[in-house]
Amino acid sequence: MIMNIPRRVFLKSAGMGLLALGLPPSFLVRAAAADGKKNKVLVVIFQRGGMDGLNAVIPFKDRAYYALRPTIAVAEPGSGAERAIDLDGFYGFHPALAPLKPLFANGRLAVIQATGSPDNSRSHFDAQDYMELGTPGVKSAADGWLNRLLQDSGNGGPFRAAALTVRTPRILSGNAPALTLASVEEFRLRDAMLAPALEKSYANVSDPMLRQSAAGMFEAMKILKSAAVAPQPLSEVTYPNGRFGASLKEIAHLIKLNVGLEIGFTSIEGWDTHVGEGGASGQIAERLKELAEGMASFERDLGDRMEDVILLTLSEFGRTARENGNRGTDHGHANVMFVMGGKTKGGKVYGRWPGLDPDALYEGRDLALTTDFRAVCGEVVARHLGRSDLGKVFPGYEMPRPLGIVA
Amino acid sequence: MAPAALRRHAVLNTRDCGPAHAAVSLTDEQKIVHFLSRASFGPTAAEIEKVKANGIPAYLEEQLEPEKIPDPVVEERLKNLKTLTLTSEELLELYPPPRQAPAKGNPPAAEQSPRNLILELQRAKLLRAVYSKRQLHEVMVDFWTNHFNVFAAKGIDRWLMTAYDRDTIRPRALGRFRDLLLATAQSPAMLFYLDNWLSASPDAFANRSNGNAAVRRAGLNENYARELMELHTLGVDGGYSQKDVGEVARCFTGWTIRQPRGRPEFLFERRLHDRRVKIVLGTPIAAGGGIEDGVKVIDLLAAHRSTARFISTKLLRRFVRDDPSAELVARVADVFQQNGGDLKPTLRAIFTAPEFFSPDAVGAKIKKPIEYVASALRVAGGETDAAQPILRHLAGMGEPLFLSVPPTGFPDAASTWISPDMLLARINFAVDLAANRIRGTRVRTGEITALALAAPEFQKR
Repeated sequence: MIMNIPRRVFLKSAGMGLLALGLPPSFLVRAAAADGKKNKVLVVIFQRGGMDGLNAVIPFKDRAYYALRPTIAVAEPGSGAERAIDLDGFYGFHPALAPLKPLFANGRLAVIQATGSPDNSRSHFDAQDYMELGTPGVKSAADGWLNRLLQDSGNGGPFRAAALTVRTPRILSGNAPALTLASVEEFRLRDAMLAPALEKSYANVSDPMLRQSAAGMFEAMKILKSAAVAPQPLSEVTYPNGRFGASLKEIAHLIKLNVGLEIGFTSIEGWDTHVGEGGASGQIAERLKELAEGMASFERDLGDRMEDVILLTLSEFGRTARENGNRGTDHGHANVMFVMGGKTKGGKVYGRWPGLDPDALYEGRDLALTTDFRAVCGEVVARHLGRSDLGKVFPGYEMPRPLGIVA
Repeated sequence: MAPAALRRHAVLNTRDCGPAHAAVSLTDEQKIVHFLSRASFGPTAAEIEKVKANGIPAYLEEQLEPEKIPDPVVEERLKNLKTLTLTSEELLELYPPPRQAPAKGNPPAAEQSPRNLILELQRAKLLRAVYSKRQLHEVMVDFWTNHFNVFAAKGIDRWLMTAYDRDTIRPRALGRFRDLLLATAQSPAMLFYLDNWLSASPDAFANRSNGNAAVRRAGLNENYARELMELHTLGVDGGYSQKDVGEVARCFTGWTIRQPRGRPEFLFERRLHDRRVKIVLGTPIAAGGGIEDGVKVIDLLAAHRSTARFISTKLLRRFVRDDPSAELVARVADVFQQNGGDLKPTLRAIFTAPEFFSPDAVGAKIKKPIEYVASALRVAGGETDAAQPILRHLAGMGEPLFLSVPPTGFPDAASTWISPDMLLARINFAVDLAANRIRGTRVRTGEITALALAAPEFQKR
């Protein structure tokens, strides 16, 4: 964390950077504080690989579910830990989602079942692309939909959007600037002594792109440093081990630093459960546990600040309704989304249930789609972020009547 | 000049040329450094000396025939990368895809993990960029790898990429464009990546009992047809319509893969082919042409004026500047067309154009990450195993090799590569490299400073 840098070192290097700007340190501290108004934040988690939504939010009252999945179904609620956790008498959480149950119960978490992308691609690559571009079936879109959200008149500074991933995800790629960083701590020059000379040489370069990118880079580093001047308590919340938990912790940290974050993004891998998926325990249980613990830790970490934050999940497609010959599931169609925080009207499973009878299955094999993922995302964008330009964010998509997920 | 001084000179010579410097013409030494910064992955003291002795034209001619240049250093460095010489079939057998692995039982040993397939390709690519004597060939392989991009981690493409790089792209990188285009069209890697292997005539008999997925999902897939015209040949404004996309897709029905996970080789499957008449860009293609339909489309597109312009623009963007003048594009496109798409005369035309040696072309290009990393290692006389620690740096700068998701590949234009986070990644690479903090990579300390490598001048070529 930034606060781990010894104060003496920080003051020394910050002083040198500020000298180059000819500004007193207090100016920057105030500037950061002024910028750090508590804006609304949207955090997106992409579950790469295609989550098995039918084993995450189990339709235990639909008997076809048990007929289709003789070895990997999760038992209906009852006594014992290896059973679904009842939500509403029809659906139940997978037992590994237990950390999310209190959030659902007190209305902070909503579930959408039978949602996703209307395109029928079952290629991870294409389906992720479509979902990230926000244009199912059309690959020619130049930008991801989170990037299009940033393409307004707003001038939010270098920390407006951040992906805590190794690579810039397609969903944030595009014309508007967005940061990709492995961690806040690593967003620093690994040799601070070079900063003054580099800042000077880049400030004098004639190429505007190099000059402006360097200015943005130095500004971002200074904002992080000034934010660290007003100490933030280190989070005491424990996140699950691994990259996913760490990235959520970083996003929470950025939000608490008040550096102007509006869009946060991270991803969690490993959902492609073709072989040995497991039911109440096993592969999928491990994935769901990491997801649920990460989301619950994030919510606990941000506390009251969650009023300003909505987190939503995406996954490129669901999986086949019927289990395959390897006790797993193959690429399917509709899936589950979670929406948490802000003014989410939680405690409810949204979306019409299409059923799992043979005639009801999409292309005879998959859960049919009854809610377009853009309807969910669009509602969050409109109501939480207060945006009216949905036609630009999801071109060619006509928003249906709001589902009422967000007040 | 002493070697160290020369290196410094090479680094600093690609400087930020403001308008104030624009009027003067280049000295011979500046020309050589400029030429090498474009025709290779970065000047080295030895190469500068060599071009000084023999002249730029002789060096260019030598580079245009890479098969005649011995390259023992690279061969030695690549010899431990065992996957590079295996066929796709062998790779599928030795590095089994997860779906074929038994549900229970021991996971494959680490060295047999399919992840190694892409890793070894990445390592080979960086090693060649830094150490190969066939520099222009490597530059062109990089160019075509991006032009005919395949995302190596898309499903079974992980197992097909080695052959794609070795057998499809490399042998044709300095040959005739049409041959390269046809080879990519018939490569299992491209057929899988852009879904053409699934594309079937709407009339094709949907026989569910047949094991071929393409037959099971009988239907036209336009993905390849669209990218073939938009990205591989004509360019987006190259004068084709949505109707042409559909017609071209119908021509390529039946161009499929025998068995993606078993025998991944090109197959023309007559039962999937649309036998009716097609009209492509106004040219009728008679009914019943079979595999020849697709070949005709390749010939038509390769010879098209829009293709000549599009390929010339991209080559000039790589070698001269991001925004080449229409006049220069037309001149190079003429050479391309008059020589039947032969790349050797085309490249000669580019490297001898007055615009190439114009002072305002010097340092006008922002290096792509691989160019930045390779040029730093070359100028610093670096020793690298090109393993994950340095590859992670490359990925952090935005260029995870062979892993461009969109079909456009990694672009040559500067706007992709220069942003606050990517610039920071470059500067931190310079810091770590100069301080010998990258595992598996060593430079002679004191030879080159982090400040010189991180400077704006060294971001350019």
